[in-house]
Amino acid sequence: MSTATANAGISARPNLKTMLGHLTGQRWFKPATVGLVLLIALVVIPAWFDSFWISNFTQMALYAPLAASAGMLYGRVGLVSLGQVAPYGIGTWVTIRLAFATTIPYPLLVLIGGLVAALLGVLIGLPALRVSGLYLALVTLMLAAGMEVILGEIKFPNGGKGFKGLVKSLNDIKALRRPSFATTDVGYYRFIVVGSFLLLMVAAAMLARKPGRAWASIRQSEAAALSAGIHVTRYKMLAFALASFMAGVAGGLFAGTVRKGMQIDAFNRQSAIFLIAVTIMGGIYSLWGGVLGAFFATCLLKFLTQNVAGHQFWTRFSLSLFGFGLLTNLIQSTKAAEKKGVAA
Amino acid sequence: MTLVVDNLTVRFGGVVSLNAMTAEFPAGTCGLIGPNGAGKTTFFNVISGFVTPSSGTVTIDDTDLLSMPSFRRARWGLRRTFQTEQAIEGLTVFDNVATVYEHSGVGSRVNRRAAVMSALEFVGLADVADEHVRTLAAKERRFIEVARAVVGIPKVVMLDEPAAGLPDEETEELQVIIRAIPDRTGATVILVDHDMALVQACCTYTAVLDFGRLIASGPTAQVLRDEHVMAAYIGVDDVVTGAGVEQ
Repeated sequence: MSTATANAGISARPNLKTMLGHLTGQRWFKPATVGLVLLIALVVIPAWFDSFWISNFTQMALYAPLAASAGMLYGRVGLVSLGQVAPYGIGTWVTIRLAFATTIPYPLLVLIGGLVAALLGVLIGLPALRVSGLYLALVTLMLAAGMEVILGEIKFPNGGKGFKGLVKSLNDIKALRRPSFATTDVGYYRFIVVGSFLLLMVAAAMLARKPGRAWASIRQSEAAALSAGIHVTRYKMLAFALASFMAGVAGGLFAGTVRKGMQIDAFNRQSAIFLIAVTIMGGIYSLWGGVLGAFFATCLLKFLTQNVAGHQFWTRFSLSLFGFGLLTNLIQSTKAAEKKGVAA
Repeated sequence: MTLVVDNLTVRFGGVVSLNAMTAEFPAGTCGLIGPNGAGKTTFFNVISGFVTPSSGTVTIDDTDLLSMPSFRRARWGLRRTFQTEQAIEGLTVFDNVATVYEHSGVGSRVNRRAAVMSALEFVGLADVADEHVRTLAAKERRFIEVARAVVGIPKVVMLDEPAAGLPDEETEELQVIIRAIPDRTGATVILVDHDMALVQACCTYTAVLDFGRLIASGPTAQVLRDEHVMAAYIGVDDVVTGAGVEQ
């Protein structure tokens, strides 16, 4: 066989380039692009923007892996999950609880939060994965609603004792600690950027390898995937676990931005719907879509409401732009699907 | 290796798709023909594990195929292509074939690239290995499916209308490839197609299904002359079967 000449350009192992390729959508990958974005995020933004915008970019950096996790499930595996705020909330809660109860270093706490979220995500996902399409969307939305009820009931720990970690008196509320190397807002922002980047890299690595190929097969046709020997249920679970892990870690990172008096607003049903809307607008086929979606959800929205609006009506109007964007996106993708002759 | 089908019956509600089908598919390339709705794809789906028969067995070399879950059958060595071609859109040509290789778990990781490239060379797609499937034409997508079916160590390869939609000269290319599969892999190949020229050229042995029943089987040339087969395809005088030739 003269394979040597024919496959000179093919690498058997996914190298850094193909791995990073998933960050940008394979065809447009340039290592320089990722480097440039990191440079802007870590150096330019902290140097240029005031604390108000730093806090918005912080939210964006948090939101990116969360949106990417929902986008990956939908675009790469074909599972519509409206419940990604649930593992996000679990990650936040676990990180806060352990931060008060232990002296474990913060990055490790965040990791534990992600792993707990992944574990619970798999346990909850197991029955949920018996349904698909619209039904899965409904079931996961109900998961988000259930999480809202649970978090509303047990509340977020604020430095007290016991399982819930709640204090008796408002005067006793403690501020959540931050990693020793990132105590300032800018430092914590950088910490989040690095954490989110690593999460996207983990996802990119999975997508470039055996799981990614299995997911692409499952997304196209479960019958074809089974015929190829793919354990469909196991790989769906793996996708759920990875997405829950990403959301959970993002939740843990989020905990350190609020520090005192964490509310459940970020984890309610409305946030769940908003998340999937901006995720679809950002794009679900590459992980960059998550970053773009996060930009829409945080900085752009803030810019519109601060500079363009300034009135209750215009604030609402800015939000409704997202509905418009989502509809346009869905209509366009339906048309594109029709052109290709596949059912949307 | 002979695939032995014994008394296989599949019911969908009141419809009997396979009616006590009993057949043997000997080593080499076998044809499975019959009018539309005869039960050919249902038969493939039973072997793939997508449809559970109400009775009957399918064995090969004393292995009970029907007792394994779907994805394990691929590891055992079962491969198939689909009527609507299923090359995976989101992957490159190489990754398409590599997916089957790594999930069918036959070879080591070290040999993966050589095995995949050899399968791609077999169907003549080695030079587009890096291309994305979505950029390729219908013929190439079909051939990717064939490469997916022959990579690794297949024992049974089921081809479901692989020539559907291909022009004659491409069907001829496909024919050469299909004929070479048993020699390359040692697998028993079962070919479903409406293109009788293709079936005749590829298959030494052919079985004919009509309304879920095996109405004829044997050497291809002989089967195609069989009067029951002619009746099933062209219809008897008053076309009582209602199953005309639709291709």
